[in-house]
Amino acid sequence: MDILRFITAGNVDDGKSTLIGRLLYDTKQIFADQLEAIESSGRVNEDGQVDLSLLTDGLKAEREQGITIDVAYKYFSTERRKFIIADAPGHIQYTRNMVTGASNSNLSIILVDARKGVQEQTRRHSIISSLLGIPHLVICINKMDLVGYDEQVYDQIVEDYKQFARKLRAKEITFIPVSALKGDNIVEGSELTMPWYQGPSLLEHLEQVPVSQDFNLEDARFPVQYVIRPLTAEHHDYRGYAGKVISGTYKAGDKVTVQPSGQSTTVKSVELGGRLLEEAFAPMSVVLQLADEVDISRGDVIVKAADNLEVAQEFEAEICWMHNKALKPGAKLLLRHNSTETRCVVRHIDYKIDINTLDHLEDVDQVQLNDICRVQIKTASPLLLDKYADNRSNGGFILVDETSFATVGAGMVAEIAY
Amino acid sequence: MTKRYLDYLDQLEAEAIHIMREVAGQFEKPALLFSGGKDSITLVRLAEKAFRPGKFPFPLVHIDTGHNFPEAIRYRDELAERLGEKLIVRNVEETIKRKNLSEPKGRYASRNALQTHTLLETIEEFGFDACIGGARRDEEKARAKERIFSVRDEFGQWDPKRQRPELWNIYNGRITKGENVRVFPISNWTELDVWNYIKREGIALPNIYYTHERECLVRDGKLMAWSDFIFQEPDDVVVTKQVRFRTVGDMTCTAAVESIAHDIDGVIAEILESKISERGATRIDDKLSETAMEDRKKGGYF
Repeated sequence: MDILRFITAGNVDDGKSTLIGRLLYDTKQIFADQLEAIESSGRVNEDGQVDLSLLTDGLKAEREQGITIDVAYKYFSTERRKFIIADAPGHIQYTRNMVTGASNSNLSIILVDARKGVQEQTRRHSIISSLLGIPHLVICINKMDLVGYDEQVYDQIVEDYKQFARKLRAKEITFIPVSALKGDNIVEGSELTMPWYQGPSLLEHLEQVPVSQDFNLEDARFPVQYVIRPLTAEHHDYRGYAGKVISGTYKAGDKVTVQPSGQSTTVKSVELGGRLLEEAFAPMSVVLQLADEVDISRGDVIVKAADNLEVAQEFEAEICWMHNKALKPGAKLLLRHNSTETRCVVRHIDYKIDINTLDHLEDVDQVQLNDICRVQIKTASPLLLDKYADNRSNGGFILVDETSFATVGAGMVAEIAY
Repeated sequence: MTKRYLDYLDQLEAEAIHIMREVAGQFEKPALLFSGGKDSITLVRLAEKAFRPGKFPFPLVHIDTGHNFPEAIRYRDELAERLGEKLIVRNVEETIKRKNLSEPKGRYASRNALQTHTLLETIEEFGFDACIGGARRDEEKARAKERIFSVRDEFGQWDPKRQRPELWNIYNGRITKGENVRVFPISNWTELDVWNYIKREGIALPNIYYTHERECLVRDGKLMAWSDFIFQEPDDVVVTKQVRFRTVGDMTCTAAVESIAHDIDGVIAEILESKISERGATRIDDKLSETAMEDRKKGGYF
């Protein structure tokens, strides 16, 4: 059994929390006591049924306001798969929380209200999903019950969305007409209400989407997190490099290079918990021992000797800005990339992306909360980078404020100068 | 080409190990909070995978309320001994005496809230900057909202509105002196995942997790272990039942469930059949108000 991590996005009131509630309810993953708790809250929807959105709105402030403020993570499984849902807020002021949920997802469900069609938030969330490299997009046209399950309404929205989506980078876009409230096409099909729809229900689609191909198994990258040195009689000379294979594969005998120093050696063994492994591949956490004594510490990256390497201090990146304090050219920040932290300067803001059209707005002198922009960055120490589009695990980084230590930006490497 | 496929338990394990190593790499004085319950026992196994053949880069720390199950305490001491790892125990009892704190009284009396005092004192005493805990997001709706690295202020408080965005597998553990980070490596595991992992790894647990005969008080439809610590009322009925525990916390606020499961397969079968959530079945403390957990966490609790 594997894991599919997905995010639900879309405008406020498009029914995200209801959709998740329905997925959990119809797959019988809601416990009686949890249901009882939301029943006893006395909140019901217009049909007099329990308000399933209360299952995911876990904070007091959320229940008071009836909106989702932060990402809630929910879990369910079927015989085919384990699912991790990031239920992201739809409200524009919480876009950064949507980015948080999206960064680890393989699939985005974007809800569209059938009565309203493609909205600004539909486009915004689609663009963020696309920028964050989520390979699978599912556009759920919801509230079909409120438009009489009309095929033409559905077709028109699909048409409008496709028009807009031509500029997106998503690998695969799937459209499903649903009613989260009534349960049409969520877990069960919709033969009675929408006989014109021949595709899978949402759950059937989620069970089928291939996820194993989403890992890059070509370019071997192993950032060292921690050096294991027992210094005991039994393991006197033991030196193990603990880390995660974020992409590619490693086995004993592989020729490797340590970056950024450039020293070369060979993998002596691949281990986990003191046991030898034949091979390690992404996303395994393991320990590598090397044939020669080389100087390696946290933040160094062990790569395969034959791989294309881009060790750089200057690069261009797309940034989602996540802080109230505006970003201005010349800003000095901390940059964290895998296990490395270095100082950096944002040298130039090339353009801001218009979230509705994907157009580039040039000549901007500052970037506000929730803006997405393209910048030029220079770092204090060299980093081993990949373009985000080539390697999602090695192309992302975060920006941290030097004094408050708040995480202020999410970055994706676009071009590397070397 | 060989098929490279990671089972869901391997994926969860890989993620948890990565998180533990980030703690080791980013912090000066981390600790692993260990209660002798199944979730923290799972954390200890994950720490072995993350750091062996080396030693753990942190001690095990137990905040002992004095109302714990003796079986869990015995297990705690034996495990630390067998692993050769350092165990620090701090007692709520001592905090109560030293700071002259009032103990809650009455039917729902529990030291759960007092535990926070001892925890925060212990963090201060040793200068811990990161505390690894076994909380899972599937346990409770407020926990479902928490980040894996959860920054707490100098009073240990959680502010859900000021959580840091957490992107990819990059964790920002930067804090100012006095603050600390609570780290939850098994955030993405469910109760069933933990049991399946314990089964796969062949981990021994305190025997209270399996069926045994026990004298229990029936309170609000729940079976509370009979002990000297529990508040007793004249009309309380004591019954002897075949029970086991789904969670192991304080004896005063952790209820038993009726069970015939004498081994791990039996436990897994029972959980698959259960219509009640883990905490719903067993915890009195969550039921006191709709926001009981959120309020406790805002006050410095895990």
